Amino acid sequence: MAMTTSVDGRPTRMRWVLIFGRQAWLWVALVLLGLLPIIGGATGLISDYGFLQLSLMIVYSIAVLGLSLLTGFNGQISLGHGAFFAVGAYTAAILIDHWSWPYWATLPMAACTCFIVGYLFGLPALRLEGHYLALATFALAIAVPQILKYKHLEALTGGVQGLNITKPSAPLGLPFSSDQWMFWVALVVAVAMFWLARNLLNSRSGRALTAIRDDAMAASTMGINVARYKTVIFGISALYTGVAGALHAIIFEFVAPDSFRFDLSINLLVGMVVGGMASLPGAVVGGIFVQTIEKYADAVARSISGQLQLPIDIEPWTVYGVALIGLVYLMPTGIAGGLARLWAMLTRRSAGKTCSS
Amino acid sequence: MLHSRTLLIVGSSVLCLTLALTPASAQKRYDEGASDIEIKIGNTNPYSGNASAYGQIGRTIEAYFKLVNDQGGINGRKITFITYDDGYSPPKTVEMVRKLVEEDKVLLVFQTLGTPSNTAIHKYMNQKRVPHLFVATGASKWGNPKEFPWTMGWQPDYATEGLIYAKHILADVRDPKIAVLMQNDDYGKDYFNGFKQGLGKEADKIRQVATYEVTDPTVDSQMIQLKNSGANVFFNITTPKFAAQAIKKAAEIGWKPVHYLNNVSISVGSVLKPAGLDASQGIITAGYLKDATDPQWNDSPDMIVWNKFMDKYLPQGDKSSSYYIYGYAAAATLVQVLKQCADDLTRANIMKQAANLNEVEIPVLLPGIKISTGPTDFYPIQSVQLQRFEGEKWKLFGGVISNER
Repeated sequence: MAMTTSVDGRPTRMRWVLIFGRQAWLWVALVLLGLLPIIGGATGLISDYGFLQLSLMIVYSIAVLGLSLLTGFNGQISLGHGAFFAVGAYTAAILIDHWSWPYWATLPMAACTCFIVGYLFGLPALRLEGHYLALATFALAIAVPQILKYKHLEALTGGVQGLNITKPSAPLGLPFSSDQWMFWVALVVAVAMFWLARNLLNSRSGRALTAIRDDAMAASTMGINVARYKTVIFGISALYTGVAGALHAIIFEFVAPDSFRFDLSINLLVGMVVGGMASLPGAVVGGIFVQTIEKYADAVARSISGQLQLPIDIEPWTVYGVALIGLVYLMPTGIAGGLARLWAMLTRRSAGKTCSS
Repeated sequence: MLHSRTLLIVGSSVLCLTLALTPASAQKRYDEGASDIEIKIGNTNPYSGNASAYGQIGRTIEAYFKLVNDQGGINGRKITFITYDDGYSPPKTVEMVRKLVEEDKVLLVFQTLGTPSNTAIHKYMNQKRVPHLFVATGASKWGNPKEFPWTMGWQPDYATEGLIYAKHILADVRDPKIAVLMQNDDYGKDYFNGFKQGLGKEADKIRQVATYEVTDPTVDSQMIQLKNSGANVFFNITTPKFAAQAIKKAAEIGWKPVHYLNNVSISVGSVLKPAGLDASQGIITAGYLKDATDPQWNDSPDMIVWNKFMDKYLPQGDKSSSYYIYGYAAAATLVQVLKQCADDLTRANIMKQAANLNEVEIPVLLPGIKISTGPTDFYPIQSVQLQRFEGEKWKLFGGVISNER
């Protein structure tokens, strides 16, 4: 197997595998995903509700990626990314509802707003390390739903009842439902965001970020401006999550403070850990996990209590907890990491066999 | 020759087929979710979370449709009832209702519970033109056929109920100083606005208003605040869990106002028993359903049937909970509408028949309370009777108060 070697001596192929999995697989998967609305729509295999689910998985992948940039790659723990998600969602919803902006124009606006909010929050957060930062961000996650309900903001945010917005339909009279169209939009945005993240992580700045995570003092002796990197990545991380929030608002057609309770922040964090920290494929797995786990936990809980006829009711949260403990125990590096290790083991074994024979 | 004979046979058989099919297709008309053998009905209920006491309503409806199916269904069609848990969380309701309409392809959505949850799907249901029938909330906005012709409420609306309490306070309590505890959403505000309207010029009698969020763990601090306002009348606008907490806390801190409790939390089993029956004495509310714990209904035929239904289909159900009565009556109303639809099970006809109920008697409603709707009247039940909690049951007093629009 021929391996090209890059300037710094590391095999580039290895780096590709680390960052994005095998490239060919990636392209095939993306093309298949892109064709889904055509195939699924024509055969009727995937309902509009199905596309809604798929779009939400993509949305949460972007949000988990945002958190992963901060926590996974830079080592700053955040329990409050639900708050940035909410800010992004409300930015989009308010712009569409009150000022009738076109939906696509709200995405860059949500990105800017969240970058600024994230950057500003990152400034004082600089003084906080580890658990203290986690607590500060946690406070943010708890405060935001209350702020959204605040009486004097009600005219803008719609208060407890939230805002209903109308989902955009496909442009130019294309024969696709709005759910199919928004699936495409989400996919394109996600691909762009992941591509940007990969480039960022592959750059000098990306190496600086991970260097800070591994040892901040050593990084600063190398001439890295730790404070600036930390605040900027806080902003970028919030930007990613905010764009995800804006997409969520448009796709879901509805925002309410209840959508952004602090369990959302916890879910994003759990999704990141389960998917695989500091890994781009891990963010995708994490996004899928965030969107699906509750429903599966509910279904599993029901079928277990239905089939075994247990005298006690099994709560979905019990199933969720057991699944979580199992996953962390079996795959300490997350699902993506676990699968990669499994793959590596399998290929090594088969490679070993061919050598010996 | 052969050719023309074949033509004749084909021609005549086509004619026969057309004759056979035409009247049939004129009689039976279906929209998505209905067929010769099935009627699909969707629902969401809070089976988990802070408002899970309401989940009994969903279970009762499920059981009632089982009973209807066991008795042969409606005009020969069996009901398939699909109900999902939304945890009283509007975003969850949006998702589940979209699943019901787009994936499960239900004919209609029935008794979705909660004012915030129904507000979240209000626009969607009317855009999709899917009947959104007899929602389990009394907000006054469900009776707006001009703007939302696909949505209809069921129970008496909150604003009217609040107004009735206000009138009663002014007539009955000397020098009232009023404290209000309300849930901070449209449901709470609806009650409160009706209440204020009822007080009219006397609105300054309201000394203190405290609010809580449905996600709050308790209302203890609000209760202390209300007691300290020196009020002698308490209007309690809360959902079951918080209602029980408020009643209990008032007793604990020794606050004994004239207590008005909103109808949504009058369940003896789910609210008053957990709060303590001693603490619940003297509470006043407005009812429209029979109370299963009240011995005066022991011999009424509808309650005998209801008791048999509970024993057979919900043997574990606590008969003292009013939600089993509520779900039963609501389901019976829908069955009446579907019977009226006969073989025309289109969504348009369902709305037409739902708006065509004339003084219909539904089991387990209080005597004298009937269901009436019309093309401009989307408020099915508009009468209540005041009742006071004495001993272990509600005791009715005064006559039936009606507010037919």
